[in-house]
Amino acid sequence: MSASTIAGFVGSGLVGLGLYALIVNPEPLKKLLAFNLIGSGVFLVFGLVARRGAVGAFLFDPVPQAMVITGIVVAFAASALAVALMLRLADESGCIALDPEGGTRLDDGAEDT
Amino acid sequence: MTLFDALDLALAAIVLGVAAWTIAAREMFSAVVGYVAYGLLLAIVWVRLYAPDVALTEASIGSGVTGVLLVAASTRLRRLPAPDAPPGAALKIAAALLSVLVTGVLATAVLYLPNPAASLAPEADRHLAATGLGNAVTAVLIAYRSFDTMLEKVVLVLAVVGVWSVAPERFWGGQPAPLGPAAPDAALVFLARILAPIGVVIGVQMFWVGADDPGGAFQGGAILAAMWIIVMMARLTEPPPIGSGWLRLALISGPAVFLLVGVAGPYMAGSFFGYPVGFAKPLILFVEAFMVLSIGVTLPLLVAGPPSREAGQ
Amino acid sequence: MTAAETTTQGGALLVLAILLPSAGILASFALGSRAAERIALGSAPIALVIALAVLAEVWRAGRPIVYTVAGLSPPLGIALRADGVSAVMLLASALIVPASGLYARAGFASPPGGGESRKAFTFWIMLQGISAALAIVFVSGDLFNLYVALELLTFAAVPLACVEGRAETFAAALRYLLFALFGSIFYLLGAALLYGAFGTLDIALLAERIRPIPAVTAAAALMTAGLLAKTALFPLHLWLPPAHANAPAPASAVLSGLVVKGSFFLTVRLWFYVLPGLPAIGFDAILGALGSAAVVFGSVLALRQPRLKLLVAYSTIAQIGYLFLIFPLGSGLHSWTADGWNGGVMQVLAHAFAKAAMFLAAGLLYESLGHDKIAKFSGAARAMPMTFLTLGLGGLSLMGLPPSGGFAAKWLLLRASIASGQWFWALVLIVGGLLAAGYMYRILAPALTSNAISLKAPPRRAGEAIALTLAVVAVALGFAPESFFQLLDIGRPALMTAGPP
Repeated sequence: MSASTIAGFVGSGLVGLGLYALIVNPEPLKKLLAFNLIGSGVFLVFGLVARRGAVGAFLFDPVPQAMVITGIVVAFAASALAVALMLRLADESGCIALDPEGGTRLDDGAEDT
Repeated sequence: MTLFDALDLALAAIVLGVAAWTIAAREMFSAVVGYVAYGLLLAIVWVRLYAPDVALTEASIGSGVTGVLLVAASTRLRRLPAPDAPPGAALKIAAALLSVLVTGVLATAVLYLPNPAASLAPEADRHLAATGLGNAVTAVLIAYRSFDTMLEKVVLVLAVVGVWSVAPERFWGGQPAPLGPAAPDAALVFLARILAPIGVVIGVQMFWVGADDPGGAFQGGAILAAMWIIVMMARLTEPPPIGSGWLRLALISGPAVFLLVGVAGPYMAGSFFGYPVGFAKPLILFVEAFMVLSIGVTLPLLVAGPPSREAGQ
Repeated sequence: MTAAETTTQGGALLVLAILLPSAGILASFALGSRAAERIALGSAPIALVIALAVLAEVWRAGRPIVYTVAGLSPPLGIALRADGVSAVMLLASALIVPASGLYARAGFASPPGGGESRKAFTFWIMLQGISAALAIVFVSGDLFNLYVALELLTFAAVPLACVEGRAETFAAALRYLLFALFGSIFYLLGAALLYGAFGTLDIALLAERIRPIPAVTAAAALMTAGLLAKTALFPLHLWLPPAHANAPAPASAVLSGLVVKGSFFLTVRLWFYVLPGLPAIGFDAILGALGSAAVVFGSVLALRQPRLKLLVAYSTIAQIGYLFLIFPLGSGLHSWTADGWNGGVMQVLAHAFAKAAMFLAAGLLYESLGHDKIAKFSGAARAMPMTFLTLGLGGLSLMGLPPSGGFAAKWLLLRASIASGQWFWALVLIVGGLLAAGYMYRILAPALTSNAISLKAPPRRAGEAIALTLAVVAVALGFAPESFFQLLDIGRPALMTAGPP
């Protein structure tokens, strides 16, 4: 079993684990962690694709590796934005909940007659 | 089975194990620490996949800087209640089935990828001489697919604006909260004083050698970012106010220089984002130098978060 | 293997369409919020000229215009390609974004005296971010480039959803972000599989090389799932109503009108341009079925909303359902395919303009009345005739009544549905139209009574004019000439250009 095949199984497993955690965990920070797990699984799939691209004297295909580097940076930026939103939400509402009805019960200050 | 195969399998098992532990951990802080460890293990996996540039990026950004971000978040959110009801058994079973399905589909797809694999390695190598670079990954990032990289730098700028925008109105223009405690540990301060200058040199070196060897702008910039974060955590310096002119300039310098060089492409090389043959490497290093500056400034700002004090304090 | 693609005449316009708002973002960031407003509005006419030039060039050439970035052809380089649909969408974006911007001048002005405002800084930069991201979505020919575009779109849209700074907006924005991140990471996973199978992510090259192997089926499923989450198709629609309803009116106009169309456009690119070589697996029917469910579900929920902005947001969910009828009706090599394709594209355009107009009108109502509770609209039409005319015209298009773009779209889709014997979609179209009439009646009927109503403030003339203009465009689309559909035909993959018009 080559390193690429093993990486394929690991990547698939990580995507599955992350997806389960994303759906099941109610806390946004845990969902973010799960998203990062899925992301690393996806990057591993790119990685095994890059390794499989070893032809002739080349040990790897550089294009998927470059895509992973881009992806890692973008994933970090996404995490930072998500964390900023979570912290502000926690400051405003005193708890961390993605309340599904929260957005629809808007108090717009108009009098109720 | 050779020794390497056995080691690979062991590594794979440990990675999956730590990942599972990370999602199963009850305490958020434990989960985040597990995630940082997981990131470092992943870096080793990347080395096994002959991807040293990715390993460096994963260790520094994927595990390091993300870890700082998540630890800070978990500390601040730890004290709050989570009012959402824990998920019912039905949801768990459905999610588990879906996850198993996705894992299976993905593993099958990967297992039955066509052989021989279609690879762009030969073609990437063919164009390498024209760029003057020795590192094919750097060539892909800054030469062949530079359009992607430039746009990704713009994405980073938007992320900074997004993070800043969640601040309350009255704090706009002010400084983000300090990254470290009021009375930092003496050992931390000592480490910061010693490590930061060394780290800056290593970061610059990593960017410089990235033209021909593993490394590059992202990896070097990430190390510079880490040094600034450490210095801020030791309270040797504070996050700058977001209205600061030099800060804004430093943040856009990378994408701006990249865009300007790209726009000059038709005059230099006949096509946007093209490089003139013979002058490609100096131009690439020039663009990368500003990228290092931008990344070194952007990543710590994303960690520092929105302003939390009024301007002028 | 075909010869390497090269840049065609006018290709540079595609790069400029992307670089203009990108440069605007960087300059705005450095120069502050007042400059950001000027740059955003000042670059809008240039963007419009570029979009018109692209349209003219595509029409003149009769084939898509291409630009190979850095002079490198795919598979190693990135190619930008604009066909008829790209050009039309680019133009729609170049009209709707500045319209929202002009509307927003009142609410997102920078303080006089040189200070910077958080809301203004965020709004004007994110607006340009959406422009840039949509430009890439419409003209890029590389799947990874499109991933970067999707992330750019998400990072621009999410802060707009919470720019008002209230607690519920942060919850809505966070939910939006998590759904969007799920969407883009699964899109990326599918792209990884496609690269692993074929060694390229260029759309045209993939179309040549595609074969029915497990990786392709998996990639199709994963990418589609991700894109459906971003397009808020039932059942992954939960994030949209709170996010769009709690955003400020000009942001909602762009979010509902254009941003969700971006990921839909990519779904079309994936299925019609990359994957048509696959044998029919039934995905078309699944997408059509989900779309039908969205139409019914969204319309019924819209009927029950007490607030106008939420009603309009649920209406978006319903109208997005219609979009997905393009998959069963527009694919394959049949006589009705052209109708299905044209109907789908027309629905995208008509909804974009109509929904943007309606959100702007809802914003005007909120400003003038101090609330948007439909129950208290009695007599409002007399006090704000232009605003309600806008709502009426927009509703005309949503209901699919003639003359309007929405009618043209539904008529084409109905024709395709009947010609193909797929009666079910015709039923969905009719039922959807009735339900839309229902919720439009809910909005308009109380307003048209002759009760007196007191306004907090008279509606802004400029805002009313902008909203009305967008609604008029939605109606005018119903008069699109034959040449419009010929334009949409340019660059359509060969598999669909058979059969009489």
